[in-house]
Amino acid sequence: MRAVEDDTSGDPADAPAVEIRDLVKRYGRTTAVDGLSLTCARREVTAILGPNGAGKTSTLEICEGFRRPDGGTVRVLGLEPHDRALRPRVGIMLQAGGVPPAARAGEWLRTVARFHSAPLDPGALLRLLGLTEHARTPYRRLSGGQQQRLSLAAAVIGRPELVFLDEPTAGLDPQARHACWDVITALRDAGVSVVLTTHQMDEAEKLSDRVVVIDHGRVVADGTPQSLTGAERQLRFRARPGLDLDELLAALPPGSAAKESPSGHYIIEGLVGPQLLATVTAWCATEGVAAEDLRIERRTLEDVFLELTGRELR
Amino acid sequence: MTTLGFTPDFAPRPGAAPLPRMVLAQAGAEVRATLRNGEQLLLTMIIPILLLVGFSVAPLVNVGSGARIDFVAPGILALAVMSTAFTGQAIATGFERRYGVLKRLGATPLSRAGLLLAKTCAVLAVEALQLVVICAVALALGWSPGGDPVWAVPLLLLGTAAFSGLGLLLAGTLRAEATLAAANLIYLVLLGLGGVVFPLSAFPPGVRSALDLLPISALTGGLRSVLSGGGVPGGPLLVLACWTAVTLGLAARTFRWE
Repeated sequence: MRAVEDDTSGDPADAPAVEIRDLVKRYGRTTAVDGLSLTCARREVTAILGPNGAGKTSTLEICEGFRRPDGGTVRVLGLEPHDRALRPRVGIMLQAGGVPPAARAGEWLRTVARFHSAPLDPGALLRLLGLTEHARTPYRRLSGGQQQRLSLAAAVIGRPELVFLDEPTAGLDPQARHACWDVITALRDAGVSVVLTTHQMDEAEKLSDRVVVIDHGRVVADGTPQSLTGAERQLRFRARPGLDLDELLAALPPGSAAKESPSGHYIIEGLVGPQLLATVTAWCATEGVAAEDLRIERRTLEDVFLELTGRELR
Repeated sequence: MTTLGFTPDFAPRPGAAPLPRMVLAQAGAEVRATLRNGEQLLLTMIIPILLLVGFSVAPLVNVGSGARIDFVAPGILALAVMSTAFTGQAIATGFERRYGVLKRLGATPLSRAGLLLAKTCAVLAVEALQLVVICAVALALGWSPGGDPVWAVPLLLLGTAAFSGLGLLLAGTLRAEATLAAANLIYLVLLGLGGVVFPLSAFPPGVRSALDLLPISALTGGLRSVLSGGGVPGGPLLVLACWTAVTLGLAARTFRWE
């Protein structure tokens, strides 16, 4: 029996996939990342959500070693982000570009494969991502979605321990999006840590073990999708537009809220339980309203996101 | 799109390939890119061959006493080196920077030193191809090189290094479009002033001694000397060594990868 190491804090093998403390990044007078702290566990999918300009890409690019932080510390698999020892261990997918426009898809993927000691078969990866027919197509002639998929293929071909995916499904059609989700799920199942950014709430909700919402360069929420959407429930139904909700509100327990948004869609929030349901259906009966699609559900991640980050356009 | 119900084994097995394999893979990609690019082929093959044939067949310039082809062929060899190591490399690298290719490659196990080595290998491979074609055409036109062509090798290598430094200096500092314009302009100016096909003896002595310090003049003059029986090309090698040190040194300090 070997003695157990009593200090494992410095052991990179046990380090989290990503550990960020008080990260600051400025561009001139703009502070893109403003004291951000977060930890991404190994073998989990972490989704970083945030409006445009929230600091997602800056944070990711610092983790990828492309940019130097102005403050704070970042460790990737326990190492400094620009440590070259990380390069074979970390796969990355940029938001766009990175491939010579004239390079043929298959040839470029094979070139990247040859930088690694035990790469996946490029042909199998092209097949998985539906790119086999485009293997001889120059990158610039691929559609946006095909370029994205090629970029994803290159991120994983070296069998990395950790992948950073910057908006992996932006601009993909539904089929391609599902194929991409399948890859991400398969990566996680195989023990790969995944950190991705996205604008798509359904994607974050379906795929990720953990969601970090950032805004103005700071973390504003952090947890599992379930914990973020929380215990708060809503009762929703559809009916003819313009119902007078005042009478309903008077009948509901204090602290409840009722609104019509959008027109013809009604949302009742508060202590959603049997009592509230009975009150609402009774009110519907007196109003002569046949409520359609009546259902009780949790808030969606999108609701949470808009609550946290506001509704103004960025 | 069909997912075949087959998923590759994504279980992590990270590791960098041995450096030679990485460098060869990248160099191969760069050679393919050069040979498939129409503009690059025009620059590296077609223009030198046209100039070689045109200036050795037609009495366009006065080259002195010897055979016209014996004067033109070494100049065209120097031009070939300049077109690949300088113009082609500057333009290609400038656009690689613009398209984020250099940034993306930086995230692979291929180090920057490895990338530069791959670029050098690719340049040398394309040059070897150019030399074979140009020499074949020149010999067919009656070229009879003399002397000890072994000294041509250090001239060609040092010329390649000096022009690579100049090309990377442009590509690493200017925008891609500016690099494209500057690289073509400098190519034309050096083609005209560097003794490629117009003899430097046509210039006034004061101008000529300044022109002799250009890297292209050193390469054309040196090649002409060693390929017509001259001795060790000390002067040209020194000029090229200085250009190499200055341009590669500056490029190493100023090169921006993004």
